[in-house]
Amino acid sequence: MAGPAVTFDAVTLEYGERLIWSDLSLEVAAGSFVAILGPNGAGKTSLLKAILGLVAPSTGRIEVLGEAPRRGAPAIGYVPQHQSFDRDLPLRGRDLVRMGIDGHHWGLPMPDPVTSARVARAIASVDAATYADGPIGRLSGGELQRLRIAQALVGEPRLLLCDEPLASLDLRYQQGITDLIAGWRRDAGGTVLFVTHDVNPVLGLVDRVVFVVNGRWTEGTPDEVLTSERMTNLYGSHVDVVRVHGRVLVVGESTDSGFNVDEPHHVPEPTLVGHDIDR
Amino acid sequence: MDQLIGLLGYEFVQNALAAGLVIAIVAGIVSRFVVARNMSFAVHAISELGFTGSAGFILLRWSPVLGLLVGSAITALFIGTLGVRVRERDAVVGVVMAFGLGLGVLFITLYKGYANTAFALLFGTITGVSRGDVALLGGIGVVTLVALAIIYRPLLFATVDPEVAEARGVPIRALAVAFLLIMAAAVSEAIQVVGVLLILTLLITPGAAAERLTQRPGQATLYSMGIALFCTIGGILVSLVTNAPVSVFVTTLSFVAYLVARFAVGPALQRGASRRPAIEGP
Repeated sequence: MAGPAVTFDAVTLEYGERLIWSDLSLEVAAGSFVAILGPNGAGKTSLLKAILGLVAPSTGRIEVLGEAPRRGAPAIGYVPQHQSFDRDLPLRGRDLVRMGIDGHHWGLPMPDPVTSARVARAIASVDAATYADGPIGRLSGGELQRLRIAQALVGEPRLLLCDEPLASLDLRYQQGITDLIAGWRRDAGGTVLFVTHDVNPVLGLVDRVVFVVNGRWTEGTPDEVLTSERMTNLYGSHVDVVRVHGRVLVVGESTDSGFNVDEPHHVPEPTLVGHDIDR
Repeated sequence: MDQLIGLLGYEFVQNALAAGLVIAIVAGIVSRFVVARNMSFAVHAISELGFTGSAGFILLRWSPVLGLLVGSAITALFIGTLGVRVRERDAVVGVVMAFGLGLGVLFITLYKGYANTAFALLFGTITGVSRGDVALLGGIGVVTLVALAIIYRPLLFATVDPEVAEARGVPIRALAVAFLLIMAAAVSEAIQVVGVLLILTLLITPGAAAERLTQRPGQATLYSMGIALFCTIGGILVSLVTNAPVSVFVTTLSFVAYLVARFAVGPALQRGASRRPAIEGP
C-alpha cells in the first residue's frame, strides 16, 4: 500500500488557551496497529478528533489516507468512547449498525435488501446476531461494543479509530473485542489507531505506541518507549518501568498505590500511573 | 351518532377536521424527536413566546396564525444560537420566556375584546378556523413535513448517536437549529387545537407513549403520529357532540393513550422481548 495511513507533521493543537499537545510529528504506516497511550485528559481523544476533521490544529499539517482530514470521510471507521443508551430508547443494534452505512444520508430510510444484507453480514461477523434485534439500551457493555465495531466496519473503512474500546469491559470481553479488531486488520489489511489508558490487552498486537502526557509525547515500538528513561523524560518526574512476571508496570514515584491500572478515570497528574503490561 | 353525522355536513366541522388532520401528523412526528432530544422546556418556551407574537399581531390587526409563527420562530432561533451548555441555555430561555409572556399579556389587554381572543389562544380554537386558516395551516404543515422528510435520517442519527453522527459528517449544529424551526412550525400548528398552555399534550405525550410501544425507530415515529391523530380527531369529534372545549378531550385522550402504552401494552411487549436467548452474561 502506498504511503502512510496517517501523517502528523509538526502539529500543535490548542483549545482556546489550553495546549493539548505541541509539535507532534508522527507517521502511521498503512496496515499497522498503533496504540495511543497516556493518562486521562492527555489529549488522546483529541488526536482522533483531529484525524476525523472535527478539530483543526493551530499549526502543522495532518494527512489522512493521502488527503487533508475532512468530516465524514468514508474510509474511516470510528468506535467512540463507551456511552450507554437510555433503556427505553426505541433503537435496536441492527438500526445502529445500519446508521454506519446510510445514517448520514438525507431523506427517509427506505427498506433496501442490499443494505439489510450488508448490515446482517456485519452483525454476523461480530457474532452479535442473537441480540441485534433487542433494544440497545438493555445490552451489556460487551454486546454494545461488538455492535459498535460492526457499525464502524460496515462501511468498509481502511482506517479504524477506536477510543478506549475496552474501558468498562471485563477481561473476557476485552479479549473478544481485541480479537475482532485484530481479525479485521488481518483480513482487510486495515490500519488501527487504538486509544487506551491500558496497553496490556493489546500489547501483543501493537506495532508502535504513542505516549502523550501533559502536551508532550513520545513515540516508538513498545520496547523503545516503555522504559524508565523515556517515561521519566516524558513525565518530567521520576518514573520506573518495571517488568514483573512478564508484565510491565509504569509507576510514578508519588503514586500512592504503586499502580492504578483499574482506575482509568482518576489518574492524578502528573504522577500516574500503572500500565499493566502482559507479554 | 346521528347527531355527529349531521354535524359533519357543516363547513366549520369540515374545516376543523381537515386542519386537525394536518396538525396531528406534524405534531406526532415532531413529538417523537422532542422526547428523544429532551426538549420539553424548549417546546414550552416556543409556545409561550408564540402567544406573544400572536397577541402582537392581533393588536396590529394582522393574522394571529402568522403572529404565532413569527413569535415561535424567533424564539427557536434564539434558543438555537445560544451557547451549547444546556444548563445556561435553560436559564436564559426561562428568563426571556417570562418577560415575553408578560409582554403578551400586555398586548392582549390593549386589544379590545381580549377575553375571547386570549382564551382561544391559551386553550385552543380549532372549531373556529376558517377556510383561509385551513389553507394556511395546511401550507405550513406541508412545508414542515417536507423539511422533516429531508432531514429525517441524519436527524435521527444525530439524536441517538451524536458522536458517530458527527464523525460521519452529519452537521449536528445546523440540524439542531433546523429542528428548532420545525418545532416552531409544529407548535404554531398545534396551538390551534389545544392552545398555548396545553401544547405538551400534542408535542410530548404521543412521542413518550410511542417509545413504550416498540423498539424500532421507524415504528416509534409512526405510532407517535397515530396517537396524535387519534387524540386530535377523537378530541374534535367528542367536543362537537358534547359542546365542551376540544382541549379537554385531546388532553384526556392523550393521557389515556400514555397510561395504556406505559402500563398495559409496554410491559407486555417487554416480557415478550426478554425471552431472547442469553448468550453473554450481564
